[in-house]
Amino acid sequence: MARITMREAISQALMEEMDRDPAVFILGEEVGVWGGTYAVTKGFYDKYGAERVKDTPIAENAILGAAIGAAMVGQRPIAELMTINFAFSAMDYIVNQAAKLRYMFGGQFMLPLVIRAVGGGGRQLGATHSQTPDAIFAHFPGLKVVSPGTPADAKGLLKSAIRSNDPILFIEHATMYQVRGEVPDGEFLIPIGKSTIQRPGKDLTIVTYCKGLELSMKAAEELAKEGIEAEIVDLRTLRPLDMEPVLESFKKTNRAIVVEEGWKSYGVGSEIVSRIYEEAFDYVDAPILRVAQKEVPLPYNRTLEQAALPQVPDIVAAAKEVLK
Amino acid sequence: MDKENLLQMYYEMVLIRRLEERGAELYQQGKIGGFMHLYIGQEAVSTGLIAAREPRDRVITAYRDHGVALNCGISANEVMAELLGKATGMSKGKGGSMHMADTSKNMWGGHAIVGGHLPIAAGFALGDQYAGNDNITICMFGDGATNIGYFHEALNLSKTWNLRVLWVCENNQYGMGTAVDRASAVSEIRQKAEGYGMMNSRVDGMDVVKVHEAASEALKYIRTEGKPFLLEIMTYRFRGHSMGDPERYRQQEEVKKWQENDPIGIFRNYLAAQKIAAGNDLDGIDAQVEIEVQKAVEFAEASPEPALADLYTDIYADADIR
Repeated sequence: MARITMREAISQALMEEMDRDPAVFILGEEVGVWGGTYAVTKGFYDKYGAERVKDTPIAENAILGAAIGAAMVGQRPIAELMTINFAFSAMDYIVNQAAKLRYMFGGQFMLPLVIRAVGGGGRQLGATHSQTPDAIFAHFPGLKVVSPGTPADAKGLLKSAIRSNDPILFIEHATMYQVRGEVPDGEFLIPIGKSTIQRPGKDLTIVTYCKGLELSMKAAEELAKEGIEAEIVDLRTLRPLDMEPVLESFKKTNRAIVVEEGWKSYGVGSEIVSRIYEEAFDYVDAPILRVAQKEVPLPYNRTLEQAALPQVPDIVAAAKEVLK
Repeated sequence: MDKENLLQMYYEMVLIRRLEERGAELYQQGKIGGFMHLYIGQEAVSTGLIAAREPRDRVITAYRDHGVALNCGISANEVMAELLGKATGMSKGKGGSMHMADTSKNMWGGHAIVGGHLPIAAGFALGDQYAGNDNITICMFGDGATNIGYFHEALNLSKTWNLRVLWVCENNQYGMGTAVDRASAVSEIRQKAEGYGMMNSRVDGMDVVKVHEAASEALKYIRTEGKPFLLEIMTYRFRGHSMGDPERYRQQEEVKKWQENDPIGIFRNYLAAQKIAAGNDLDGIDAQVEIEVQKAVEFAEASPEPALADLYTDIYADADIR
């Protein structure tokens, strides 16, 4: 067990899987000579060479199209999108191609492909570079969407994603690369499609993932000072969605909030709340609340940006509201 | 090319023609759904082209794919069954007219997003380059696809990374109903390869022998040089863009003029002039195709529908999860 950063955990996962399987290679903008714009692949170019760490043109369609093609013929590419906002430039490859090709051709081939993408706001990058559009991608059957909230999960989930035979969008958060956590040494895998309890509690359930987990853990500490014990369920994978731990927790606490960084309308929270109402209506003691981003494009100004993003006090307030 | 191969090409061209004529009838009867784009008039393009490949070379094309499927060795039975959406189709009835593939025959689809398959073709070639072999990916697309960004990103990547791709533009002179010079800055599509420093050529696509020659030369260049090549093949579709096209965008005189230039007729004349096969021999092939197509229709009509449970299969490879 070592205490390492999210960046180191992701970097370790990539390196271990590249060492393990020669079919694994990386392609993307500035992944090689530059070392990755978030320094995740620093040193990879020197270690693995230009063949396995491929710098691409700034051409998202070419990056994802080429990755899909290489995966169809048996390689295991990891395509990096410099930010998830650029996924919109290559939406066809995620939605029309990666998510559908296997099905459309009757299962004739596999798509062992990982698309790594950095998302999230909070770095004053303006409206087009700060989005958390995870829910959009989770909408499409055929795709798997993973977004870890701790370094250990990042490592274990990424290693599983690389070994998976399906197309996986792996969403990291731009403000979480320096987050530290305990990560087991050596072979360590977390299964795709399994939610987990990150903090036990009895009074209410907080359902969240990725950046929302970091905020919710802090909120839970605040609540604990007032004698409120929140149980935190971390989704980790948005599709396929594992509702078991959520429902199990909710049936115990009968009260819940959902915390996400994306916009509230049509979001992850909307899905979770619907599922709870559909599958555990008899256990509902209070309306389930959603804590999410304000319905605006994120502004550059720091104060305005922070006002638009969900914050710890918002979570604390929502928790108290459902406990009324 | 020896007699056997020439007659094989003739057989394939007639098979495409007859199978699609029957397909059009079945479509009118409501037995085939969705969109269906006929290849009639363009048979010499894929026939000459695919006859020039090694079996290890991959083929990928757009949605006008029935002919390409047959040329790659997919049976008339499977093509017809897929058109009827049956479980015995090569895509188990999940793909339909626009999505025919059999990877065991190195036919990688039928793709319905205009230009969308070009970067994927670059990916096949990247996969082969990474594996260290000299397989070639043959990527076919229409003139309309050369105006979309995918085309340019894919050509640029293939040249920058020295990928073994034969880019084949089937210039049938209309992107749906829009003539090439109304949509493209240059009407000679091969000029677009010049901007990427890519070798290119242009050939008459109504003459299967010329197509075969041009394709063979291009493939030889790609295999030995390890670089991509763009081949523009001039052709014409005798039918509408898809079934139900009112064809307001072109004059019937123009269509008639091209129909006099029928690729099957041109090839028959060539085979007779070269004393390779007399009219009688070719009529024999025609009759054999007639029977094969009839059997394919019977096979497809008698085939089972996909099971309802198949709705949920083939979504993921790891396990059939939702």
